[in-house]
Amino acid sequence: MEEVPKTGFSFDLCRRNDMLSKKGLKSPGFLKTGTTIVGLIFQDGVILGADTRATEGPIVADKNCEKIHYMAPNIYCCGAGTAADTEAVTDNISSQLKLHRYHTGRESRVVTALTLLKSHLFRYQGHVSAALVLGGVDVTGPHLHTIYPHGSTDTLPYATMGSGSLAAMAIFESEYREGLTRDEGINLVTKAICSGIFNDLGSGSNVDVCVIEKGKKEYLRNHLTPNPRTYISSRGYTFSKKAEVLLTKITPLKEVVDVIEVGGDAMEE
Amino acid sequence: MDHDATADINSPHSMGTTIIGVTYNGGVILGADSRTSTGLYVANRASDKITQLTDNVYICRSGSAADSQIVSDYVRYFLHQHTIQLGQPATVKVAANLVRLLSYSNKNMLQTGIIVGGWDKYEGGKIYGIPLGGTIIEQPFAIGGSGSSYLYGFFDQAWKDNMTKEEAEELVVKAVSLAIARDGASGGVVRTVIINSEGVTRNFYPGDKLPLWHDEVEAHDSLLDILNASEPMSI
Repeated sequence: MEEVPKTGFSFDLCRRNDMLSKKGLKSPGFLKTGTTIVGLIFQDGVILGADTRATEGPIVADKNCEKIHYMAPNIYCCGAGTAADTEAVTDNISSQLKLHRYHTGRESRVVTALTLLKSHLFRYQGHVSAALVLGGVDVTGPHLHTIYPHGSTDTLPYATMGSGSLAAMAIFESEYREGLTRDEGINLVTKAICSGIFNDLGSGSNVDVCVIEKGKKEYLRNHLTPNPRTYISSRGYTFSKKAEVLLTKITPLKEVVDVIEVGGDAMEE
Repeated sequence: MDHDATADINSPHSMGTTIIGVTYNGGVILGADSRTSTGLYVANRASDKITQLTDNVYICRSGSAADSQIVSDYVRYFLHQHTIQLGQPATVKVAANLVRLLSYSNKNMLQTGIIVGGWDKYEGGKIYGIPLGGTIIEQPFAIGGSGSSYLYGFFDQAWKDNMTKEEAEELVVKAVSLAIARDGASGGVVRTVIINSEGVTRNFYPGDKLPLWHDEVEAHDSLLDILNASEPMSI
């Protein structure tokens, strides 16, 4: 009897992985973002914030990673969870949005990004471990959404996600008001992320902020750096005494290219 | 990071929930609480579990947030096509059966209980309950979600046929607030949607407007507001 091919995503390899890990095979470690990510709506638009620590188990793998991802000129998305998953899913949907913009000739809407992201995550039944805070301003106004790994979404005036979400939400719940000004909003977001950075082990380093208003956006990378490296050795790096330096050659990696105009002939079919 | 004080914030997003749908003489009233939880953390304390499918049909969602959102999106899409093909507003029965078809055929993968309620010109106000598994049952009133366990006895005693709109709404708000008082997975505010021949009305009852039950204390201004106030406040 011939087997009818099954439609839909095949989870066979997920089952295989579960079986192997039960047998004792150590699965390859992956980079998680730990994370505190937040978003809030203020009077003119949306402000997103994130910390910059990426962890691999107990080790900090990246002290200054970027968690606020570009989706469209007017839409940004913060990502918590497995770094590869958040990066891949936001890149993928960002490309789809660009094609959609070419197709329709219009600015992308936040609900479009929302629907594309939630359908993608639902199809993978939570195995794509990406928890996102999506924010942007489009023709219909400012929008802020949270998206969970299983594909459910919430629409909120202020939101937090990630391991530091409880610390950040405590700040928002006590100080958020409707109709915040831009500066008040940035301060509140910074305060919430700092709360995550200092009280959650999975979050740390610096604060990134992104302000999106109608017609303009401002990506404030490392808006606040409350954890500078406190001691830098004044000697600098020297080779050990046993090594004999024979030749020193320094090659700049970025070469300057000279463009020479030849003729300027018109292109011919 | 190993010690998880938040008790699994990575749990799937689920709506603990209390959802209710009742018919009255003239239409239906749907009611729900507003708490969405991930494990023991309240992910959204003001969610809207009463979702619109068409102008005259709404549903209450419970169970897995992702599953119920996807099902309602698909049914809205199918109903829209059906309305175009039919040339007139879809009936509540069709909407409920579309939900049932999706729930039953995907019963192994979905975990969502839905109450469909609406008004159409053929049958008037109707409530259909579609619990886990995908049965469809037409009822004069339906309750669902984790909080509904506390309401079976209450409805046996308090339900009357042919109530007025005011009586029915009072019953729904009372019931949801009773469930919120006893069920940890339900909370927040009470939302109601009234659907009849005239149209749709949405109502909102914040926590301090709800009746107080046994051992419940009156809401006070929070200490935070009192400390931050510019002039003396009264308790």
